[in-house]
Amino acid sequence: MDTFLGRYKNLIVLAAILFAQIVALAVQVRRPAQEGETRLIRLWAISTVTPIEKAVVHSQEWIQDTWTTYAYLRGVRRENRELRAELGRMKIDDARISEDARMARRVQALLAFKEQYVDSTIAAQVIGTSGSEQSRVLYLDKGSNDGITPDMAVITPTGIVGKIVQVFPDSSQVLPINDQFSGVGAALKDSRLQGILKGAANGATTLQYIMSDEKVVPGEEVITSGGDRIFPKGLPVGRVVSVEPGKDLFLNIRVVPSSRLDQLEEVLVVTKITEKMPDAKDLGPLRASDILAERLPTVPSKTEVDAAGNAKPGAATAGSATGTGTGAHPTAGTAASKPVNGAATINKPGGAATAPHTAAPGSTPGTGGVVKPKPTTTGTHPAATTARPSNSAAPVTTAPSQVGSQANRSAPTTTPKHPKTESAPNPNSDQSTIPPTGAPPQL
Amino acid sequence: MPFRGSLTSREQVSVYEFSWAAIIFVPLIAVLIQIFIPVRVRFLPIIDLPFLVTIFFATARRNPISGCITGCLIGLTQDLFAGPSHPLGMYGIALTVIGYLASSLGLKIDVENPGSRFLLTYAFFVIHQGVYYGVAHGLLREGLQWSWSHVAISALANAVIGIFVFKFLDRFKQR
Repeated sequence: MDTFLGRYKNLIVLAAILFAQIVALAVQVRRPAQEGETRLIRLWAISTVTPIEKAVVHSQEWIQDTWTTYAYLRGVRRENRELRAELGRMKIDDARISEDARMARRVQALLAFKEQYVDSTIAAQVIGTSGSEQSRVLYLDKGSNDGITPDMAVITPTGIVGKIVQVFPDSSQVLPINDQFSGVGAALKDSRLQGILKGAANGATTLQYIMSDEKVVPGEEVITSGGDRIFPKGLPVGRVVSVEPGKDLFLNIRVVPSSRLDQLEEVLVVTKITEKMPDAKDLGPLRASDILAERLPTVPSKTEVDAAGNAKPGAATAGSATGTGTGAHPTAGTAASKPVNGAATINKPGGAATAPHTAAPGSTPGTGGVVKPKPTTTGTHPAATTARPSNSAAPVTTAPSQVGSQANRSAPTTTPKHPKTESAPNPNSDQSTIPPTGAPPQL
Repeated sequence: MPFRGSLTSREQVSVYEFSWAAIIFVPLIAVLIQIFIPVRVRFLPIIDLPFLVTIFFATARRNPISGCITGCLIGLTQDLFAGPSHPLGMYGIALTVIGYLASSLGLKIDVENPGSRFLLTYAFFVIHQGVYYGVAHGLLREGLQWSWSHVAISALANAVIGIFVFKFLDRFKQR
């Protein structure tokens, strides 16, 4: 017996160690940890390592910040110029999108749609990974002490990242969307087909459960559907890169995530999502003339303004068109009167229409009449960078965190007008400002 | 069971010892680097430092039992950080087998030579991936996909990096 044990000692030890680990595996598979529950040994290990990782990451950040802020300033002026130009472009977009959003909210309120808002977020830094190819989990430097709980969505400005799966006092674990155990409710932006975005062991992401008789084209954007109750509806997920027939009558749709999941440094953890009906105040004053203007897009070109500059009822029809203005050249402003009640009547025939830079698909050129409320988008003149929607007294800010709205997709767009061309602010229309719940995320 | 047949005479085989600090901290630092560096250098998961450290200690000490235990402990440490959906023991089993094989082979052949180190690392990496795949697929029914090309490239990368890592770790050897 002794001879046997001595001869096969190494092999017996190997078998014993393997057996113990296989039994441990079987126990874990049979009794998996409850949702959000963490095995004690993992808690200890991660709690031990987290301070080291935090120290290393924050030291590195500090050195990098010091270098880039005080020493390495090459190209800053050029970058500043480029950013200013981009800011100008974004102001134009902002004005247009604000108007779109406002109109969409009106429609949503009328149809009793519920809208999801990202109420608050926490910025967190990625401090570690699983270190293996088979698991793609990430570690963040924020944990339960910072208010993070399991199943919170993790996003970046460019798209979703994943969800929180485990929370420790000072750190948390994120399951990214390209992990093989991940699943996200997603939809194709244009066709509105819904499926489940799943990761794979090799890090690829595929949109599954879309029938093979549906038409999906590469390049189509994928957004969150909100069906998983983790990610708010409408957040960018990625883009379709290939579509192949899969098994079981479903398409095999390969998606490239919008977020660079392999280069994440800072992310936002969504700590609160509000789902609510658009505020009735968002509706703004809805007058009979507005309804009439929408039903009858072609309004007689006859302009009726009395001596005091007040628009008569017929002209008030055009007031509803103030949001659908022209983005006209500043000179057009001299041709436009400032009637009360938001009526944008033009008292000089051909005023806006004859302006040389009128990018006015929404206007009626040469008629000299009122502007027709066509749902078009203009405002390409640089001067329009200062424009704000004519129907609002206060500047409308489109919160980046406002998500799930149909605004950017379906609402007819309108044109920002130059301040000189816009009508006098309607005292009742300031209620159309986006509610504070759509405030930008804390970055 | 140690491999039968010797490619090197018994006299040429040297058994090395290490300080306790090296035995404890080198694997820990390897695991730490493995979970931290990919935040900045995302391709690093291809390089499996805990695996390389296991081979190094196993071949240097040339004791199958200590090779098993070293591999088991390093693998379990690696499992701890691999996420909640990754059961403890998957890397543990894979590295236990590698530790045993490496130490058994270290008794028979010269493992000081960069060429043999390259070949050893390459072969062991393929075995390591095979064992991991077997555990994940056979025991846990996980849907892992085996890719020969990926395994071959990863093995090559690990074999090349392994030469330098082993050269560095040679400094901790004590006779």
